[in-house]
Amino acid sequence: MTSTTEEIPLSTTAERRAVTAAPGVAPEKDWVIVTRGLKREYDMGGEIVRALRGVDVAIRRNEYVAIMGPSGSGKSTLMNLIGCLDTPNEGEYWLNGNLVSGMHEDELARVRNKEIGFVFQTFNLLPRASALHNVELPLVYAGVPGDERRRRATEALTRVQLGDRLHHRPNELSGGQRQRVAIARALVNKPAILLADEPTGNLDSTTSEEIMRVFEGLASEGQTVIMVTHEPDIAAHARRVIVLKDGMIESDDHRENFRAKIQSAGGAAKIGI
Amino acid sequence: MPFIEAIRLALAQIRVQKLKSFFTLLGVTIGVMFLIAVISIVQGMSSYMENDFAAKMLGVNTFTLRRFPWFGDGASSEAEWRQWQRRPRIYHADLPLVTGVLPPGSRIAVESQEFLVAATQWARPKQVEAHAVDGDYFTIKKYDVAQGRLFTTQEADLGSPVVVIGDEVAKYFFPNLNPIGRDLRIKGIPYQVIGVLEKQGSVFGLSLDRVAIAPYNSPLHHFTNPRGDVDGIMVQAPTPNEMDEAMESVREVMRGRRNLRPGTPDNFFMETSASALAFMDKLKTIMTTAGTAFPAIGLVVGGLVIMNIMLVAVAERTHEIGIRKSLGARRRDILRQFLVEAATLSTMGAIVGIILGIVLAKGISMATPLPAKVAPWSIVLATLLGTVVGIVSGVYPAKRAAGLDPITALRKE
Repeated sequence: MTSTTEEIPLSTTAERRAVTAAPGVAPEKDWVIVTRGLKREYDMGGEIVRALRGVDVAIRRNEYVAIMGPSGSGKSTLMNLIGCLDTPNEGEYWLNGNLVSGMHEDELARVRNKEIGFVFQTFNLLPRASALHNVELPLVYAGVPGDERRRRATEALTRVQLGDRLHHRPNELSGGQRQRVAIARALVNKPAILLADEPTGNLDSTTSEEIMRVFEGLASEGQTVIMVTHEPDIAAHARRVIVLKDGMIESDDHRENFRAKIQSAGGAAKIGI
Repeated sequence: MPFIEAIRLALAQIRVQKLKSFFTLLGVTIGVMFLIAVISIVQGMSSYMENDFAAKMLGVNTFTLRRFPWFGDGASSEAEWRQWQRRPRIYHADLPLVTGVLPPGSRIAVESQEFLVAATQWARPKQVEAHAVDGDYFTIKKYDVAQGRLFTTQEADLGSPVVVIGDEVAKYFFPNLNPIGRDLRIKGIPYQVIGVLEKQGSVFGLSLDRVAIAPYNSPLHHFTNPRGDVDGIMVQAPTPNEMDEAMESVREVMRGRRNLRPGTPDNFFMETSASALAFMDKLKTIMTTAGTAFPAIGLVVGGLVIMNIMLVAVAERTHEIGIRKSLGARRRDILRQFLVEAATLSTMGAIVGIILGIVLAKGISMATPLPAKVAPWSIVLATLLGTVVGIVSGVYPAKRAAGLDPITALRKE
């Protein structure tokens, strides 16, 4: 299905070099995400919950990655860290050449605005704003002037086949259309990564397939896509699947290997997903 | 997020929740409404005092030598009042002495007035404000006739029974008649009407057109001040600079005449428009203080309502704040959004309040003799006040909104 030239070798020396480099050394240019010993603990009323216990991940530009894991595996925590909504207690996180871990709140907001495009399970559109206005929002916070904002938002919506729904509000759109508005919003500021959190969780299977095709298309156009999901079928669309368990990486495979593993184990449940 | 964007957002938010916004505005609106009304009335009164009252009643560059002040807030104590009553009166006989010390070009007049019953065959008897006057009275008062003429020097000297009447007197006693040449009886004595004054209007609802003015030497002065005294000697200096000089000369000559030793206080008073206006200033301060206390309470309550509503808005829109933060809104963007929303609400409330306040002030001035004058500065002040109330009451809710953790905020539905 994929040609060998497209194959991305995992756990290569290059990747090991990226994640095990001395602290503070910037990774090479083709790595869009590098985490080194990422740890996150929560204090839940005196009890320390160790959600992430040292995660090393390196993701190249243009990769299409799924992060999987059962609930409590730390995948949401990892996604919050990758999405710069949260900061680690320990470890380094390099995003697009910048050391994001340890950044100040406002700097993180800027990174979220410029480098990350979020797609959420519940879409998270502003209910009272039109599709166009929703897509314009990241540009508003980027300080893009009104005319250009509208032009770029229209362009982004047209790209997800919603050019004729610019002035519809979310409640006037179907679930699939809403998620496409969210994708347009995520892409409008040309982010380094598209970060999707259970993007099909609220959609039926047909619509899910439709959204997956959109992601497929984006990935083939060179957009880095990172998708957090607990559905193996959805994860199987990605070219690389990282499985988390108990706050650590359990496996990091090509999709072919992942599929083979699922089949040999006789279903997702057997491999602890 | 640019400022203009925040305002647009705030207006959209207000539009969506019209009824809620209306109630939110109410406190500020009412506060500003009364503030504007009170300031307008106080302004109206004081500009009226300065422009109309002072000029009409007291004249420009003019002082009146009296036994004690007429205009003003009265004696400060019972003792002072009794002391005033013991003072010697001002007599017509003082006139030559005073005239002698005035700078050249000064005008002087004697005034003696009383409310007396007048009658004609065309109307029932009624009280008029009878004045027995002398000298340059009409010039100092800037009175001119609409009909007929003023006294001649000869009539004044001889004390001819002639009278110049006010507009209302003419209309009442001579309905649909030309009053010139007809008789007006005051206290039974007939006076021939020789002139009708131009309409003077009113001061605080008191008409200035109910006067009947006769020469001092006519029989009238036996009724206005029977003892040969006068109410006052009016002096108009030729220029404002010479007024102080004239007042000083009159003071000296009066003290000399009354054998007052150095160190003893004057037992007479020289009333100027400034001395009457000093009283007005005092009144203005009291009215402004009392009149702004209520609106101030209204504004504080309005501010608290806005703060409360904004806190509710922050709670209701936590999810929205989470979305905005995930899309790159910084702390200050959220802070600004909520501050601008509170300020916009409050400013709108203030603007509505200004309009209602002007309407209220105009209504009061129409229904009562109180004049109203809307001061442009009070509109600017009220608008600013509205904005400030909004910002102050928005700070706390906005800070709470800005400080929300994006993950927690996003999770909240």
